[in-house]
Amino acid sequence: MAYTLNVNGKSVSVDVPGDMPLLWVLRDVLHLYGTKYGCGVGQCGACTVHIRGRAAKACQVPVQNATAAPIVTIEGLSADGSHPVQKAWEELDVPQCGYCQAGQIMSAAALLATTPKPTDAEIDTAMNGNICRCGTYLRIRDGIKRASGQPVNMTTGRGE
Amino acid sequence: MSTASVSVNRRSFLKVSAAAGGGLMVALYTDAFADLLAQGRQGGAPAAPLTPDAFITISPDGIATITGKNPEIGQGIKTALPMLIAEELDIDWKDVRVVQGDVSQVKFGGQSAGGSTAIPGNYTPMRQIGAAARAQLVAAAAAQWSVPEAELTTAAGKVMHAASKRTIGYGQLAAKAATMPAPALASVTLKDPKNFTIVGKNKVGVDVHKIVTGQALFGMDMNLPGMKFAVYEKCPVFGGTVVSANTEEIKALPGITACFVVAPGPSLANGVAIVADTWWTANQARTKLKIQWNEGTTATNSTMGFDRSALEFSKKAPQTVTRNDGDHGVAMKEAAKTVDAAYQYPFLVHAQLEPMNCTAAFKDGKMEMWATSQTPQQGLSLAATACGIAPTDITMHLMRMGGGFGRRLANDYIAESAVIAKNVPGVPVQLRWTREDDMRSDVYHRAAGWHFLSGGVDASGKITAWRDHFVTVGKGTMPSGSATLGMNEFPARFVPNFSIVQSINESGIPTGPMRAPGSNALAFVMQSFIDELAHAAGKDPVAFRVALLDSTPLPIPQTQGPGGGGGGGGFNAARAKGVVELVAAKSGWGKRTLPKGTGMGIAFHFSHSGYFAEVAEVTVDAQKRVKVNKVWVVGDIGRQIVNPSNANNQAEGCVVDGLGQAMGLEITIDGGKVVQKNFNQYPLIRMKDAPTTIQVDYLLSDNNPTGIGEPAMPPSIPALCNAIFAATGERVRSLPLIKHGFSWA
Ligand code: FES
Ligand code: FES
Repeated sequence: MAYTLNVNGKSVSVDVPGDMPLLWVLRDVLHLYGTKYGCGVGQCGACTVHIRGRAAKACQVPVQNATAAPIVTIEGLSADGSHPVQKAWEELDVPQCGYCQAGQIMSAAALLATTPKPTDAEIDTAMNGNICRCGTYLRIRDGIKRASGQPVNMTTGRGE
Repeated sequence: MSTASVSVNRRSFLKVSAAAGGGLMVALYTDAFADLLAQGRQGGAPAAPLTPDAFITISPDGIATITGKNPEIGQGIKTALPMLIAEELDIDWKDVRVVQGDVSQVKFGGQSAGGSTAIPGNYTPMRQIGAAARAQLVAAAAAQWSVPEAELTTAAGKVMHAASKRTIGYGQLAAKAATMPAPALASVTLKDPKNFTIVGKNKVGVDVHKIVTGQALFGMDMNLPGMKFAVYEKCPVFGGTVVSANTEEIKALPGITACFVVAPGPSLANGVAIVADTWWTANQARTKLKIQWNEGTTATNSTMGFDRSALEFSKKAPQTVTRNDGDHGVAMKEAAKTVDAAYQYPFLVHAQLEPMNCTAAFKDGKMEMWATSQTPQQGLSLAATACGIAPTDITMHLMRMGGGFGRRLANDYIAESAVIAKNVPGVPVQLRWTREDDMRSDVYHRAAGWHFLSGGVDASGKITAWRDHFVTVGKGTMPSGSATLGMNEFPARFVPNFSIVQSINESGIPTGPMRAPGSNALAFVMQSFIDELAHAAGKDPVAFRVALLDSTPLPIPQTQGPGGGGGGGGFNAARAKGVVELVAAKSGWGKRTLPKGTGMGIAFHFSHSGYFAEVAEVTVDAQKRVKVNKVWVVGDIGRQIVNPSNANNQAEGCVVDGLGQAMGLEITIDGGKVVQKNFNQYPLIRMKDAPTTIQVDYLLSDNNPTGIGEPAMPPSIPALCNAIFAATGERVRSLPLIKHGFSWA
């Protein structure tokens, strides 16, 4: 069945089963590989994208429910990695393996869109759906603070 | 970048790139390099020839493309090894591009990620490669200007002649330099580390920009024209085999390309493969699979059964004696205070965030693969064996990996992928596991273990007696992989009446290395029980450990392996004491008044050549909710930290990993199957529960640089448990903490 999606500002048509999760449509049909698969059950957040500007887990959204709203993936967050969250992530050398980081960045960007200067508690709540198995949480927190113009905990050196 | 086959000295260390013209390649004297690799500490560095010009290509614009040879699993080696080359090449880091090397022992020598060996094994060889290339550039400039090499200096990608005020960029010299005689690696002059401009400085990971912009990098991101997808169903009981399967019915479903039974082989479990146009179709078809399994003998295994029989073993004479010094029985009678304690830790899975996957294309007898693996050369051999072709008929590309933690030391999924691709010749296929596949068929687990301890201290507060009846999993009298307790594991040799005895729970559950194998569990037991004895003796936990390290140890007999801690050379008490004392100072141990419900715990451990001591400060409320306020880490991993930003990231990650395991992680077995199916039943630590401050310091010692990805992890668990004891008076003797009513605050 054909569905029309709005992904990263472009209208695209896909011919797939309606219950196919958006995650696999993005990756396997549209070849947007930035959005990752970690669990498929809404637990890890590796598949986080923006739907109507809000963070959503693409593995939990059947494609048939994703036709009406604009979808933004990590590839569409900025043209060149210039989103403040992406820049902060680079400056602070946040990733280890990097597999979770697109999802982390999408959750963080959605948070900052509504809460320009989040508190630690607000960060905790917004990021609770994203697992980093490598344990880069301290840097993720710092990245969000850097991106929102708040002081960063540099007890232990990071970035250049 | 296309590389022109400019005919240069075959041994040149430099290659000329045609992207913009000529490049320079440094040639290695292969024998010398093999020797150096062989000298690299244990494992992963087989003596092998390599291709001289495989590492550095310089293009006319002065950009050096450096190959990172080792698998990148998040440990930062794709940045660190090229940093070592670039340092001695004497080029600006901003003029360096890093590419991942394909899988080739001939080109690169050993390529592996495991045992924290990459830095100790490659620190000198990578520098020598860079220095050899530099020497060829200098020689080229000397020839061009007709001046003695001794009058030339280099910096930031240029050769300079001060007397004549001439300067020339590496890019302009590359083509000529590649034809210069390659120096012997052992003879090249290395920089004095005080002149380092790259090594020892914070460098952002070379793939970070690609990661934050979502570019395809990882194994699962591989895409080929006409690629199909495969799933592979195995028996949920370990070692189970296929009796029959409805493959014909599955084949008839729409979108299905193939469905077949794969015969078992080395590192290849019997199962049923489905290949389809899309992965979603293949995975949906699994719901229609009807397989009759022969579950085999492991079906009788269960965590409850193991626990029960471990307790029975503890009441009986052990099966074997690992070590016996002095007379434990007499010492216990003479002790001023004694403690008996039963410790236990569960099975764990690796849970790296990217599930297993591999892409393969088989055509005209040749296989091309895009793999993730911590031991890719072994993966290539295994794939060859699994499909009965020669290793030389396989080309394997190495992809970035979404975590390793030891899981990718095994290559079972590569064997599966190769066999599946061979069954559909001409069609590229990506094998992709689900998280559920990954969790239920981790090819090996961190082994569960049981330790029945009895220890005593004398009136002066010294440990005089220690006995550990270690019950592990295995077959007969052989422990399973990474399920051993070595005879020299600390505090062996430091306690006069000391014994380790062992019994084995008969088990078919596969076990093997997970980050800091052995150590990740043993540090919890040893450092917690030392804490118990310190408390019994009425001594401060730091002073008690220092006194223990100050006592004269029994020697390690020549015939025995290295002293405890996951291999990596003998245990050095002075280095252990150094990190304990420094972490005590850094954390203000004993100098700060803590509120009620807040406590500090210390632990240290030696593994993978690294010495780490850690202090955790925690607050525990009346509902047993735990908040980790801060963790201090001090490590002694030699005289040089190659990339501090990355080392700090590893240390922080190690602590977070340890805290998460301790609080919530457990794999249980029932009917020979893993009970937990996905992350909702395997609660990895989340951001709100991680400490917001981890202070990492290094004790630079005059020892060769060693790795950090593993040794920083083990002490974090006992540091946490000892802090919980200090805060609450409750001693934690089994993991995870949630079983004792604890939770994160
Ligand atoms: S893959 Fe969607 S939450 Fe894990
Ligand atoms: S960086 Fe590896 S999972 Fe987050």
